[in-house]
Amino acid sequence: MTADPKGVLTGIHFLDGDHAACEGALAAGCRFVAGYPITPSTEVVERFAQRIPLVGGLFIQMEDELAASIAILGGAWGGKKVMTVTSGPGLSLMMEHLGLAYITETPCVFIDVQRGGPSTGLPTLPAQADMMQVKWGSHGDYEIIALSPNSPQECFDLTIRAFNLTEQWRVPVFLMMDEVVGHMTERVVIPEASAIEITERRWTAKAPGTYRPYDVGADRVPEMTKAGDGHRIHVTGLTHDERGWPCMTPKQQDKLIRRLSGKIRDNADALTDIREEGCEDADVVVVSYGITSRVASAAVLRARAAGLKVGHARLVVTWPFPAARIAALASKCKAMVVPELNLGQMVHEVRLAVNGRIPVLLVDHAGGTVHDPQVILDRIQEAAR
Amino acid sequence: MSEAIQDDQDLSGMPMMDNPVMPYLRQERIPHIWCPGCGIGTTVNCFTRAIEEAASDLDKLAIVSGIGCTGRVAGYLNLDSFHTTHGRAIPFATGLKLSNPELSVVVYSGDGDLFAIGGNHFMHAARRNMDLLVVCVNNFTYGMTGGQVAPTTPIGATQTTMPYGNFENPASLPFLADAAGATFVARWTVYHVRQLTRCFKEALGKKGFRFIEILAPCPTLFLRRNRLGDGVDMVRTYKEKSVLRNGADTKEVGLGLTGEIVVGTFVDRERPTWLESMNDHFGKVFGDRYSRYGG
Repeated sequence: MTADPKGVLTGIHFLDGDHAACEGALAAGCRFVAGYPITPSTEVVERFAQRIPLVGGLFIQMEDELAASIAILGGAWGGKKVMTVTSGPGLSLMMEHLGLAYITETPCVFIDVQRGGPSTGLPTLPAQADMMQVKWGSHGDYEIIALSPNSPQECFDLTIRAFNLTEQWRVPVFLMMDEVVGHMTERVVIPEASAIEITERRWTAKAPGTYRPYDVGADRVPEMTKAGDGHRIHVTGLTHDERGWPCMTPKQQDKLIRRLSGKIRDNADALTDIREEGCEDADVVVVSYGITSRVASAAVLRARAAGLKVGHARLVVTWPFPAARIAALASKCKAMVVPELNLGQMVHEVRLAVNGRIPVLLVDHAGGTVHDPQVILDRIQEAAR
Repeated sequence: MSEAIQDDQDLSGMPMMDNPVMPYLRQERIPHIWCPGCGIGTTVNCFTRAIEEAASDLDKLAIVSGIGCTGRVAGYLNLDSFHTTHGRAIPFATGLKLSNPELSVVVYSGDGDLFAIGGNHFMHAARRNMDLLVVCVNNFTYGMTGGQVAPTTPIGATQTTMPYGNFENPASLPFLADAAGATFVARWTVYHVRQLTRCFKEALGKKGFRFIEILAPCPTLFLRRNRLGDGVDMVRTYKEKSVLRNGADTKEVGLGLTGEIVVGTFVDRERPTWLESMNDHFGKVFGDRYSRYGG
């Protein structure tokens, strides 16, 4: 189906990434947002609070991030498409409800506009410091999908994709922005509603009495209902059976946790989105994501001008990590360079995929600004030797 | 009981009486996890009788619990039910209610869940006048984790993390609810099954942030450790110590380890709910351009 025109601000705009992400959510059909103010993400919910009364939906500013991150889960089981928005310290508080969303298979979108950490760190300055926290910060084994935009246009486009993916797979989906992408203002084209594809919730057509909330077919994703539809569902954070009832045995734990992780892990290739450029005959491939990819592009251009054969692989989907594609690229080049605004996070995934076959050079940065392209160029030149 | 049924009596000719609360329970999930003498089951019995008497539309009644012994209530009721995280039943319920306003949403949880880890959410939901009925079964302890000190534990009571007796001032839950803006505040004990049933029914028929505290014995971890007898002894204590005082000043209803237990309806007032306030306000701001949310 296509987007509800009420939420779509069709036209050519000059927007920052935070506002563009908000428009993406509205276009995707998000009608319930619960948030808590935190720099540099607040503009997303400010715009939503301003826009939603006439679109038809609701925003509530909760008392903290714990409340915001579970109010959206209640909102999803009430039938709405839902989202919350935060940055590092708030994300830390949301970790328990990431787990609840995952084990209860509640469709929801989290936008994380990353800033420098740990702790209060650099509230107004960029980092890519939460890339591992979103994947590993909640307890237990879980999977997520994470998208990394590098422009306001992508903040719009990928927020829509985030909503579609969370409905399709019923896992929490993260939009991993950063302060620079959130606050840079660029041209954003919002198409007609009829040109925006929307994934509807997988509503069950089964009658009360025959529907079980966690029965699955071949794709391992259950159909959903909402409270008030007569199914008398039970939804629990405890390990549960197909009826949704607590069943705390090692056997059921194994069955549930393997199904939940399998539906994402086994589809990692289908979820992969890498923008590759000049990788076919490259000696060195730069692997980047988010804002760092734009700085890396400058370094790649300079390296090519200096006669080096350099490719650029930008990860749009950062989780599940596209290990198979990175391994394939590594089989054709001599070295990889991974710049990121942290002291080494996604580089570990690259190294796992490469498995020691070629050198993988990190270009780290503690955060607070973007890389100097020269630093990435130096590392490309080092890798080329 | 003077007419006790004898073991050898032939009952084959007697009509089978169905327990009237059974249709409200997920019978396949029984037996429940609660200990003999625990008061939580009594509160559930009263709740189910109230929804029967109120002829509630069960498809539109949802229940949300946090974590703990009382947190298991949601799982036993044959309603749309949500067993959430520790302390966060109220914000989950807030999202559920606001997302689907046609639902009647009940939060059913314990004193530790609602007032220690979840205290901030309680205060803000009451302040906002979120349209929720919040039921707190207060057993003065953390039952599920083995009897640690709770925000309600009376001074002098021994708990595993207060091994020499509690010296922390406990919270008075009706006082907190009143101060935060709840529109309905009542307290009963599991001795008062008829009053409690009536209170549930009355509260279900009202709107706004409604709060019912129910004192209940935890024989395994609170009574035994404090030499207060068993569940039946405690119900007897509730009977003897309770004083009915409707409309009591909530400043005057604090509880000690011994002493009187003030019960009744303390607060009953009307305030617009959060959703009513939002709709009314946006109606004024936007005029005809605004469609009321939730009808």
